[in-house]
Amino acid sequence: MDSVVLIKFVPDLVEDLEIDPQSGLLDRSFLRLMPNELDDHALEEALLLKERYGGTVTVITVDTGDVDEALYTAVAKGADRVVKVTGEGFDQGVTDRELASIFHEVLRGMPCELILTGTQAVDDLDGFVGAMLAERMGLPYVGYVTKVESQDGTVIVRKEYPGGLTAEIEVATPAVLGIQAAEKPPRYVVTSKVMEAMKSGSIDEVEAPDVSVEDGVTVSRMSVPETGARAEMIKGSVQDVAAALARLLRDRGVIA
Amino acid sequence: MTGQVCVVVETLRGEVTELTYTMLAAGRRLADALHTKLAALLIGHPCAKLAETLGAADRVFCVDHADLAEFNPEAYLRVVAAVFEKQMPRVAMFGHTAMGTDIACGVAQRLKLPIAVSCRTFSADGAEPQYSALICGGKIIAEGPLPAPHCLVTVMSGGYKADEGRVRKTPPLETLPVPARLDAVRTRFKQYIEPPAGDVDIAKQPILVSVGRGIQNKDNIAMAEALAKAMGGVVSGSRPVIDQGWLPTTRLVGKSGKQVKPKLYLALGISGAPEHAEGMRDAEFIVAINRDEKAPIYGFAHVGAAVDVLELVPALTEKVKAR
Repeated sequence: MDSVVLIKFVPDLVEDLEIDPQSGLLDRSFLRLMPNELDDHALEEALLLKERYGGTVTVITVDTGDVDEALYTAVAKGADRVVKVTGEGFDQGVTDRELASIFHEVLRGMPCELILTGTQAVDDLDGFVGAMLAERMGLPYVGYVTKVESQDGTVIVRKEYPGGLTAEIEVATPAVLGIQAAEKPPRYVVTSKVMEAMKSGSIDEVEAPDVSVEDGVTVSRMSVPETGARAEMIKGSVQDVAAALARLLRDRGVIA
Repeated sequence: MTGQVCVVVETLRGEVTELTYTMLAAGRRLADALHTKLAALLIGHPCAKLAETLGAADRVFCVDHADLAEFNPEAYLRVVAAVFEKQMPRVAMFGHTAMGTDIACGVAQRLKLPIAVSCRTFSADGAEPQYSALICGGKIIAEGPLPAPHCLVTVMSGGYKADEGRVRKTPPLETLPVPARLDAVRTRFKQYIEPPAGDVDIAKQPILVSVGRGIQNKDNIAMAEALAKAMGGVVSGSRPVIDQGWLPTTRLVGKSGKQVKPKLYLALGISGAPEHAEGMRDAEFIVAINRDEKAPIYGFAHVGAAVDVLELVPALTEKVKAR
């Protein structure tokens, strides 16, 4: 089973996100980017498929800045080929629509049975890359996938619905899958293995093809939601907070 | 439905989903503000009975076919795109769900129309109607125009009350011919798989001690278990904790897991991303512990404290035990 995994870099949500007062949009100057978490699950699922059925795993990302380490990490985890798509202005961000069309062009020379990516990325706004790519390529798409099994020319995927309900759906390959969670937590690799991959492995660099995309939605302003707008905050030491909470819960009759 | 607001109805196992009513509430307001009508597009089999529950819409259009009885992304995409190709609404609303997100982008791409995902509210005060979306785990609100003449959106819960979308009225029903070939579909629904039974039902527990990424590792779950035991509750969790395998899927609170309304929801190290909020926002009393004072959860928790979860849990367990 030859599969391709698409990785999008997104803001690290552990960091404070700031709005640039000039543009009214996310301030990208100090933004730390990381691979979208669900894309990491997509990579894990692809690696599990390789272990189970053989074949190869190719990882592609668009160079929005500092992507090499993630690509070498993918190699250390077992990816056979990693591809970085470079282009001007990518550090200013690439819209989902543009990403889908860039991936589409790059994938033209890369026959594969499955294309896996995260169901969505945390900063998606003008679409989901996997779903848009599938339509561009004329391939079927299923998202919210948590398990993939191969069965002569088709895959049986487990799709997640609310309330813990799931469904089995059969899809003819080639197909695009949006992964919600891999069957197992994404594997961890030690830094020494990543260093080894950096020394011996190589990243294929591909120049971004020219793409033209239809107009998507635009953003006129971004803002940080008022938090703490509602919660009454308890201050003080851990002991003070614990005592105050216990008292509060007793007063409310929640605990004895 | 050309030029109107249209809600693409979601059904699961023959029932209209809760989010559909949220969309109808949103759609009703937007349609009124735009001085147009609200249409609902219902796909499934059989449809007639379900249409009666969609009274918030001025008219229900349905595509009824045995092959559409269960959600099939490829078949539904073909049907919706073909319907819209003939009569394209001003704004088409899809659920920001396992169903809506599978087809909305494909329809947008096929019809070469813009789409805005993760939308929570809409307004139409000015010249152009606007969307407001919640992205980056609930940390950023993005706003902008819904481009004319046509635009698609995915709608998440939280912006409108689903009850507002429940209207006791039977709207006129118009059955459309199946507009696309379904025999060439490469995707097939096989079967539903029930959630594993045997574990406690977190939706029925009065007290939930819920852990998120801030619990840091599997060993620390025991700490939360001890607190839950002292309080007479059980432990539940957010997505990252379940994905790591630290808790079974039966304990998942949120969009893909359970919707819970306990007397007490104690959120430990949970940031409060929209997917999680969807499952617990209606809890009677929400207490949040998260070191990040900007965590979105403080926007809807009742009480909070920005202290270290791993320090607080044992201290609170002591205080709860000591009476």
